[in-house]
Amino acid sequence: MSKGIQLMFDIKDLYQEVIVDHNRSPRNFGRLENADTTLEGFNPLCGDKLTLYLKTNSGKINEIAFDGSGCAISVASASLMTDAMKGKSLDEAEILFNQFHNLVTTDDDYDAESLGKLVALAGVKDYPARVKCASLCWHTLHSALQGDNAPVKTE
Amino acid sequence: MNNSNTAKTITNISAPFDVERFRKDFPILNEQVHGKPLVYLDNAATSQKPKQVIESLDAYYRETNSNIHRGVHTLSEQATAIYEKARGKVKEFINSDSIKEIVFVRGATEGINLVAQSFGRNMLKPGDEIIITELEHHSNIVPWQILSEQTGATLNYIPINDAGELILEEYEKLLSDKTCIVAVGHISNALGTINPIKTIIDKAHAVGAKVIVDGAQAVPHTRVDVRELDCDFYVFSGHKLFGPTGIGVLYGKEAILESMPPYQGGGDMIQTVSMEKSTYNALPYKFEAGTPHIAGVIGLGAAIDYVDQLGLEAAAQYEIELLDYADEQASQVPGLNFVGTAKNKTSILSFTLDGIHPHDIGTILDGEGVAIRAGHHCAMPVMERFNIPATARASFAFYNTRQEVDALIQAIDKCQKVFN
Ligand SMILES: Cc1ncc(COP(=O)(O)O)c(C=O)c1O
Repeated sequence: MSKGIQLMFDIKDLYQEVIVDHNRSPRNFGRLENADTTLEGFNPLCGDKLTLYLKTNSGKINEIAFDGSGCAISVASASLMTDAMKGKSLDEAEILFNQFHNLVTTDDDYDAESLGKLVALAGVKDYPARVKCASLCWHTLHSALQGDNAPVKTE
Repeated sequence: MNNSNTAKTITNISAPFDVERFRKDFPILNEQVHGKPLVYLDNAATSQKPKQVIESLDAYYRETNSNIHRGVHTLSEQATAIYEKARGKVKEFINSDSIKEIVFVRGATEGINLVAQSFGRNMLKPGDEIIITELEHHSNIVPWQILSEQTGATLNYIPINDAGELILEEYEKLLSDKTCIVAVGHISNALGTINPIKTIIDKAHAVGAKVIVDGAQAVPHTRVDVRELDCDFYVFSGHKLFGPTGIGVLYGKEAILESMPPYQGGGDMIQTVSMEKSTYNALPYKFEAGTPHIAGVIGLGAAIDYVDQLGLEAAAQYEIELLDYADEQASQVPGLNFVGTAKNKTSILSFTLDGIHPHDIGTILDGEGVAIRAGHHCAMPVMERFNIPATARASFAFYNTRQEVDALIQAIDKCQKVFN
């Protein structure tokens, strides 16, 4: 029996250029002064920790940033997510959250156009242990937008 | 029995350790992962099983399966006999005085919880003290935290230095006539440090404290002699000793076990039950409520037979040389930092790479067929001490080879290529 049934296995399917780049120089990284929402996310299994900062105004995400530490997948995901979320309405954010969730957990078709660079994270779904890394920041954002104040845990 | 063991060992040491011969006993080592030969370097999490162990389980279920200690029929008598024979093997293996001192539990974790609840809870009062160490696995921390909440006893930690060694001067400062229990790991699962447990035990006894040793990482790598150590309790898990999961051993000195109340109630642990009151069975059955993991015990017996014919001392010597080789190779990798550099250590190479998170290392190594553990290794206080969230940990067994170390080093190189 052979494990990891993918025929052409290539680690670069997971660690794509975009991910390596966003890990090396994360965008929107650093504390946001005067944030109106600040929420922590924590992945107890890995010790990944991030804090998300948001400024929303009339139903729109005006500014968004994060800091913390984690693996390349979690840092790149937060970097890409914050880029993608800037200027989105809360409804649009919710739609993108669901699209991203499908992207990393299902084999369903996805809308490459609205996901944009986030598509680089599609490879994660072949690594069940790493899905949590990619989704930590998203769950944190989701809770923050729902008005939850409790820190988010992925377990 | 002991004499014949020693004789075997001597022959094994004089001949070179024949790793290829022993590898053939482990079917899983022929597996491929992502199209590459499996390089299994996660032995501290669980070890692989030789066919002798796998076959013992199969034979039990095919030929002898039956409940023990309660049937007059042939199968039950046979099952009881092999179950109890395995207890005898454990007794010899750790050189205990009597089979009454060998209690089967689910694993090291359950053994520690049993001691905390059955021994500790009855003895401790507010103001008493428990000493553990910063190096412990969570399973040798949390049961003592629970116990200290239940009893009002204080929990103190022996700190470690930058090499990951216990600071014994600090231990001496913590010891006093208030110290009731000292719980210490024999070998650290996160760093591989071998602790000076004989010294720790003697010093604890000098103030009248009892000592429990967590031997989960020690039994696969070193000969344990509980009488020589004079520890009061010693626990380990079968699955790290090339045996099945779900079975482990609690050794306790007979007089102490005798004084302790049962941990769980149920079948097998009683002598008589009336509606008002029950009387308890003799040792060790007092602590083995319910139908035990019979197959697990039999598999553990087979694992001990395996280790005996292997010669644990010869295997340990081979592992030390292998770790030296791995350390030497790893020290030439730019950007690799060792975590845990104790003078006295075994079988574990815990490390970080500059700019690459341990989880990414774990995933990329897996792509090369190399299985390691990435994370906090259930030892978060150790990670805190070194101010890191996690490490990558390669942990070796006697069936690992230098070629596998080379595969590890090449896979680490691949990590660096992916990120740079
Ligand atoms: C040092 C140490 N103690 C205790 C344990 C717990 O063993 P188990 O999970 O088999 O009960 C482990 C296992 O990881 C360990 O490495």
